[in-house]
Formats: sequence, C-alpha cells, structure tokens
Amino acid sequence: MTPEELEHIATTEREAQAAISQTVNVCVAAGCLSCQSQAVKDTLDREVDRRGMKTQCRIKGVGCMGLCSEGPLVSTNDGTLYKHVGATDAPALLDGLNNGPVERLRCTTKVPFFERQKKIVLENSGVIDPERIEEYIAASGYRALLHALTEMTPAEVIDEVTNSGLRGRGGAGYPTGLKWSTVSKAVGTQKYVICNADEGDPGAFMDRSVLESDPHRVLEGILIAAYAVGASEGYIYVRAEYPLAIKRLKSAIRQAEKLGLLGQKICGTNFNFRIELRLGAGAFVCGEETALIASIEGKRGTPRPRPPYPAMEGLLGQPTLINNVETFANIPPIIRNGGDWYAGIGTENSKGTKVFALAGRVQNTGLVEVPMGITLREMVYDIGGGIPEGRKFKAVQTGGPSGGCLPTECLDMPVDYESLAKAGSIMGSGGMIVMDESSCMVDVAKYFMEFCMTESCGKCIPCRVGTYQMHRLLESITTLQATEKDISLLEELCDLVKNTSLCGLGQSAPNPVLSTLRYYPEEYRAHIEGNQCVAGVCGKGDGQ
Amino acid sequence: MNPRFAKPAAPSNDKRWKIVDATMRRVGQNSRGLIESLHTVQEAFGYLDETALRYVAVSLRVPVSRAYGVATFYHFFTLKPTGEHTCVICLGTACYIKGAPQLVDTVKREFGVSPGETTNDGKVSILSARCLGSCGLAPAVVYDNQIAGKVTPDQLRVQLAKWDADDA
Repeated sequence: MTPEELEHIATTEREAQAAISQTVNVCVAAGCLSCQSQAVKDTLDREVDRRGMKTQCRIKGVGCMGLCSEGPLVSTNDGTLYKHVGATDAPALLDGLNNGPVERLRCTTKVPFFERQKKIVLENSGVIDPERIEEYIAASGYRALLHALTEMTPAEVIDEVTNSGLRGRGGAGYPTGLKWSTVSKAVGTQKYVICNADEGDPGAFMDRSVLESDPHRVLEGILIAAYAVGASEGYIYVRAEYPLAIKRLKSAIRQAEKLGLLGQKICGTNFNFRIELRLGAGAFVCGEETALIASIEGKRGTPRPRPPYPAMEGLLGQPTLINNVETFANIPPIIRNGGDWYAGIGTENSKGTKVFALAGRVQNTGLVEVPMGITLREMVYDIGGGIPEGRKFKAVQTGGPSGGCLPTECLDMPVDYESLAKAGSIMGSGGMIVMDESSCMVDVAKYFMEFCMTESCGKCIPCRVGTYQMHRLLESITTLQATEKDISLLEELCDLVKNTSLCGLGQSAPNPVLSTLRYYPEEYRAHIEGNQCVAGVCGKGDGQ
Repeated sequence: MNPRFAKPAAPSNDKRWKIVDATMRRVGQNSRGLIESLHTVQEAFGYLDETALRYVAVSLRVPVSRAYGVATFYHFFTLKPTGEHTCVICLGTACYIKGAPQLVDTVKREFGVSPGETTNDGKVSILSARCLGSCGLAPAVVYDNQIAGKVTPDQLRVQLAKWDADDA
C-alpha cells in the first residue's frame, strides 16, 4: 500500500458515495441496537428494495450518534435527525426524503447538546459505516499512518505527540508523549503495545462506543504508536462484556490485514506489526496496567509494585506501552493536523477534548465530546438539558469508583485534570453521572465502597480488609445504627487505605467517601444524630 | 514444545472439545492462553466444571490449582450451570441511581432469588452486571442476550413470570 493507492481507495469510495444522492443512516451501536434499531434498518432496506430506489438511496448502519436516551436514532444526508424511530416508520421516512422531513419524529439539532460539542475522537461516529474500511479511508483514515511511516522518523512522531500536550485518557492523565519516549528509549529484545479497552468503571461507555463506531481509528492509533516506540507486537485487551465491540474489532483487523496495513512490511517499509485481541473476564482491577499485563499472560489479574514500570519491564518482562482506547483514537488527527493544532484546544494543562458518558438524572443522556475546560454547569444544564421532573440537582459524580461526588458549589469549576483533582474527584475515564435529591450521598458512597470491596483483588491487606471495614461502617450508617465514633473511624480508615494500598484501586477507593464527607457532612449527621435519611433511601432493616 | 509431553485425550467424545482443542492449539499450547481457553470452554459448555478445568490445565501444562485460581478470580467465569433462561440486572452507577435496586428487590420478593442464584426449578438464573455500558437506557436488563432498557419492576415481573410458566 502506497499513499497513492490509499488515495485511490478513498477517491473510488467517495465517487461511489456521491453517485447515490440519498443516504439514510441508522445507528447500530449498542445503545440504539437495544431499542431494536436493527429492525428499523432491515425494514428500511426492504422498503428501498420494494420501491426500486436502490440506485438513488442507500441505507447505512453507522456508529453512535450520541443522544442514546432518544434512540433509535436515524439521520439523513440533508442533516435531519429523527428520534424514537420504529420499524413501522420506515415508509414515512423514505417519503420524507423527497417531501420534506417527518415532523413528528424529528429531533432538533439546534440545541446545546449538539452545538456545544467538539468532535475529534467521535468525528466519524454516526457518520461512517464501522464495518467498512473503505469508508474510514474515504474519511482521511490511515493517512496519518502512511504519513508517519513514509515521511517521519519515530522521534518526530513522538515529538508531535509531546507537542500536542495529549494526556492519558484512562484517568490518571500521564503525558502520552513522555510515556512513548520512555518506551522508545527502553532496551529490550521485543517491545509491545497494549490497548487498554477494559472499561470497567460503572457508568462509563466511551471506549465501547468508540470501538463500535470507529474501530479503525483505534487500530491506526495503535499502529502509529507501535512505529514510534519500535514495537512489533500488540494486544487489545477488551472486556468480554462487549460482544459487538469485539466483533467489529475482529473484522477491522481482518480488513486492515487484507490491505497490507497490518502484518509484514507495512506499506512497503520495514515496519512489521501483529495485533491480537485478548478478552477480559470481568475484573475491574485489570484496568490497572500491571494487573492487565498479568491477565494477558494468562494469570490472575493482580497488580505488582511499580517501579519497574511497564515502560521498562512489562509484558513478559519486555518494554511495553499501555494506553487507553480514547488516547489511541486521538493520535491519527494529531499526526494529520499537527500537535500545535491539538494544543490549541482546551486549557493550559489539559489539552484537546474529552469524551464523556453523561448519564443519571439528566434530560439528555448519552455520549458527548467537549473541549477541556468546559464547566460542570454547562455539562449538566446546557448539554445535559438539566434535571428532569422539576427536581433539584444534588451531585455530579465523575471518575467512577475512584472519583468523587461534586456539589452545586463546584458547578462553575472547569473540567480539567487539575481542577477535578483539587475538588477531591478525578477526571477518570469519562463517566459523568448526575444525581438529584432522590439520591442519598451516604448510600452512593456505600454503593461505590461495595464495588471496590468486591473488586479488590486481595493481594494487599489495606485494600482487602480496609474496603471491607469501610463498607461495614457505611452499612451501619445507612441502617441508622452508627454513632459519632464511626465517622472518625471511617476517616481514619480512608487515610490508611489511600496511603498504603498497593495499586490505584485501593489508593482511590476512599475518594467517594472522602468527597461525600467533605461536601455533604449534614447528610452523614442526619443519619447519625437525627436517625433519618433526607432522601428517604436508607432505613432500618433495609438489607440492600 | 517439549517432545516428551503428550497432550491428554479429551474427556469425552463430545464434539465441543474439538473447539476447545482448536483454541488451545491457536494459543500454542502455552500457559499464556489459559484465559482464552477457559473462555472457549464456557462458550461451548456454558460453565466450567472440574473435568474441563483439569483437562485445560493439563493440556496447557499449568497446575490445576492455577486454572481453578483463574476461573474463580474473574467474575465472568462460572463453575455452576446456569438456568434455562438468564436475566442479568445491570448494577452500574447510572442504573443504580435510576432504580436497579428496586428491580433486585422485586425479583427477591416475588421469585425468592438473588443475583447469582437460579430458581429451584432451574428455569431462570438471575445475574448482576457491573455495568453493561447502556447507561443511556438505565436501568438496563439483559434477557437471554437481548438487552432491554428503562425496565420497570412490572415489566421485569411479567417477563420472569412468562419464563416460569413456559414449559418448553
């Protein structure tokens, strides 16, 4: 494959697309599929066949369009978006192509939910067919890879990524360029690249959506990374709970191999790269990089002390680069448009955009991509459309079980790595869950503690025993049996577990408790002194 | 490969062992392929029993204790057969906020089973998931691999009762 051949595929595909004047895009990502969008697509297909419109109208399955709560979503090439589409609406939709949009199904796109977004990672989501490599190539796909391979040295690629200011999107926010350069300088007989797609945070589904909607973008990012650090083998560690993402990744790998974009002597250069999928088996701790490596080696996913970091000694003792799905998905546009372009978006220390999975008690739930530095208020009220049923906002939770709950006072805070950390939460992988007055903050803290307790791998004692004890204390508070002493005990345990646990799971497990103790002390007090739960969630004998 | 090592014979004539063998060959009969192989066993047989664990362990030349350790460490693997139908209730944060606990309560009250258990007649297994990633549709439930969104306790009760009454 040469740049000219790639351009040829792109032009052929674009011409083929231009020859068909009308396109109807049906979302076939997991969210809409679960509201029967496949039936909508099949009916549309049959209807087009029956009407003999095949030469002028194309029905296309595309990735996530974002507004998952209103699915199934369908869009047409004139920019009309339809929501809650059923199979029986197919004839009306096709009529609408010529007679003007079907108003009763129409979903306006002139709202902040769509207008405030800036799409880089999701630029192809909901636009291209994720199961065809040609469409990705027509949308400038694999151009960055070819450019890197033929016109850049590995060091130049790393410089570009460093300039972009991209930080790891898995949660911790380690500078990506720095990680790449460490791996590239490390000495080993064989280097590996691992894509962490073990999206374990409950309430986060960004990575799944990216893999389902645009798998080639992730592959291209991995390939560029492999070239930059000098790796020739790679793994994608993906959750077994995501069958559709696995299927699309597998077919993407096959297609890329067929075109010579993966395998031996890629694009006629001396760069070889082989990639394999590894299925996770449902262990949250495997999001931690050393645990993930153990799991790929076929062992129990328990972390080990660092250093040595995986960049020096990772998979099978060799230098290993581990990045998250969203981090890799950012790479092709950075190489295509330059690091400076990317660095121009976002804030001083947090560059670019971030994909969030907005869920919970907000009007609009779904997947959004926003520039860093946007405020939480804009996320909840503009993009999210506010709290439904006239209820009152109580908290927004970011970072999953490792993050915290932020109250109204924090709403005007910008969303970036430092601000969130200062407020006692973390950026995390991108789950953002909004809660209203019907949620009890102590109950939420207990929920996350139960999660950490069950997911603790048991290797180090502070985490194994500490999360259990903290859960017991929270349980006694929510069953209204706690005393003042239990709060100080809880605080003491938080401090201990945070500072002495072996890996990130334990170190961050106290965050939900600490943040709720900090911002909602009155709720804890009400449980202990007043024997009541303000939200009406907790009570004696509630064995949940 | 060690020339003296002889791969054991499959535990029975069941054709499904051939699928398991294929996976073990693909991973190079190497201990690194343990998790992959167990995935295949579970996909083919529905669960991992002692025979399967022993067979995979010996074939990949790892101690049986390690295979057992891995099988029990990961939530995805199950050592018990599941019921005729499965109902997975998502307990992710979004679902929790939007009413998943009430779904669990309903099942417990009406059918006497908690997540992880199967009804006495072996008809329905209730499982829980950490997050299905369908947070936009919270609370979500998976009925026999079919995902349903915005599930109410009533809808759940109706579906389970239908399975219970079904004699097939």
